[in-house]
Amino acid sequence: MGRRVLITGLASFWGGRVAQALEADPAVDVIVGLDTTEPTVPLDRTEFVRADQSYSILNRIVTATKVDTILHTFLVVDSTRVSGRAMHEQNVIGTMNLLAAAGSHGSSVRHVVVKSSTLVYGSSSQDPTWYREDMPRVAAAHSRVERSLAEVESYLRDFADDNPHVVVTLMRFANVVGTDIVTPITRALQLPLVPSIFGFDPLLQFVEEDDVVRSIEFVTRQRVPGVFNVAGDGRLPWSEVAAMCGKRLAPMPPFATEWAAAPLSAIGIAIPPELLELLRYGRGVDNSRLKAAGFEYRYTSAGAVRNFVRAVRLQRTVGARSAYRYEQDVEQFFRHSPAVVHEPEENMT
Amino acid sequence: MPGTERSLETSAGAALVPVALPVRTPEPPADRRLSDVDGWGRSEHVRAIARRLYDPVYRHWFRVEWEGLDKIPTEGGALLVANHAGAIPSDAPVIMHGIETELHRPVYGLADDLFRAVPVVGTLWSRAGGVVAHPENAYRLLRDERQLALVFPEGTKGTGKLFGERYQLRRFGRGGFVEIAMRAGVPIVPIAVTGAEEAMPMLGKLPGLARLLHLPYAPVTANMVVFGPLGLVIPFPAKLRLRVLDPVHFDVGPDQERYSRSKVMDEAEAIRVRLQETLYDMLRDRRSVWFG
Repeated sequence: MGRRVLITGLASFWGGRVAQALEADPAVDVIVGLDTTEPTVPLDRTEFVRADQSYSILNRIVTATKVDTILHTFLVVDSTRVSGRAMHEQNVIGTMNLLAAAGSHGSSVRHVVVKSSTLVYGSSSQDPTWYREDMPRVAAAHSRVERSLAEVESYLRDFADDNPHVVVTLMRFANVVGTDIVTPITRALQLPLVPSIFGFDPLLQFVEEDDVVRSIEFVTRQRVPGVFNVAGDGRLPWSEVAAMCGKRLAPMPPFATEWAAAPLSAIGIAIPPELLELLRYGRGVDNSRLKAAGFEYRYTSAGAVRNFVRAVRLQRTVGARSAYRYEQDVEQFFRHSPAVVHEPEENMT
Repeated sequence: MPGTERSLETSAGAALVPVALPVRTPEPPADRRLSDVDGWGRSEHVRAIARRLYDPVYRHWFRVEWEGLDKIPTEGGALLVANHAGAIPSDAPVIMHGIETELHRPVYGLADDLFRAVPVVGTLWSRAGGVVAHPENAYRLLRDERQLALVFPEGTKGTGKLFGERYQLRRFGRGGFVEIAMRAGVPIVPIAVTGAEEAMPMLGKLPGLARLLHLPYAPVTANMVVFGPLGLVIPFPAKLRLRVLDPVHFDVGPDQERYSRSKVMDEAEAIRVRLQETLYDMLRDRRSVWFG
């Protein structure tokens, strides 16, 4: 029997792209996708279920669909997108419900993959240049998103301890750049002037969208347990990243930077506190553990930024790709109507 | 007809609903860089400029003289360990400059994270080869990248001494530098430095100001008395002499889970004693602070 996969956060870039990738895999029988909003990418055979943000119906879905794998890509890491309370609800309570469902008596779940972020390491002046997966962060977590991710990870550790029969994979992604994803960093890089902090030129590490999707696919297929940093090789100074994008820097004062950044959010340029820290001290993570597990990156940090720049240039010329609109009735028709002939499946059997 | 189009699509194993698949670059673009800043923050370009600017200071101000430079390995990782002195120490740039110009090997200076928090200074420090003194950083530099790393085990306890306590080595931390060298499987090369104490003698400290600025100490130096505020950046032209001692190899295997604490402490203390004795020996031979 093939695998039955549940993806949370189907409407996010992460969930949608991973679902697309898994649809192409004949070893995956069933893909169920959950989110609060409709999918933003076209999907073939993924079943979409609308859920509330804390996933209270999850237990029923897991029991009903008998999924063996849960890909939890629903965690919010962009704190400018949601309020602090909503983030807590989605990250912490959502994960709690998810793990409760996965660990409930008689649960069919055997593999849980959680998408976290290298934000859990923080960013401080005392940091080592490269964080390995087993190294604790140096400075205490201040920002909401960091605290909520730390809580999520501690739930997951407890879950892994209590459920030794379940393969648990925790992935910490560095700053993602690419064609589709929008993060505070990609937004900052598309401003006429790129914000920076005077006197600081931090080293940042990036990972390309494709590598993100491929790495989630990789750990799902190989069922690799453990904690993994996912980041391209090498680090780049922020000034160089801006230069690659053909932008100049607009330095903010190094003292009372939060105050200086506050009026910017009023004109639509929100720089969350964790990004301000990053623009001061940067962050580096060691990616060798995932490589040792057999994953091959296609992009280095520099390559990822180059690719992002190319995508932005194309977009500037031809405009954004027209957004996909999910049509409930149409999707239901293609999936469930007896009128639709599912030829490839017949060929395979 | 739309129907035939769809069946073609499905038989090709692609989408059921005909959609334009995202256009992907077949091959990732080359990682062409715009700067030569490495993952540690070091830039050879900035280093070259620093060397050019510092060379007159090194040659004509401090008139640096080395003894036993050939004891520093020309390849493979090694941990350089030296005594640390002067309110704002001159020993670090002198050692880095000397080894880079004489041996043509980069030296990464492991130092307190204090610098990193200071605007401009932190960035320049990092571009010039400064790395936060975190055990993992040292291990990676020495074991994985087989580089030379410089560390001052006394830390700010050494530079925070008053002039009256000059050349009295402080505690060598908790011997962490020995443990790192053992784990990384590299030798330790001790370097004794004289002259740095006199280049910026500390007369007193301002504890209130230090607390205010979050510094380990706020020095009042003889240079400030002579040069005013410029004394913070202008050292006295003391003669700097450096003597490289025989490298210390450890008879333990690398990458062990843990090393005997007592062995680590013994080795650290042995290195400290050798450095202290060498310093006394060099001072016995020194006729003048300014001319050596």
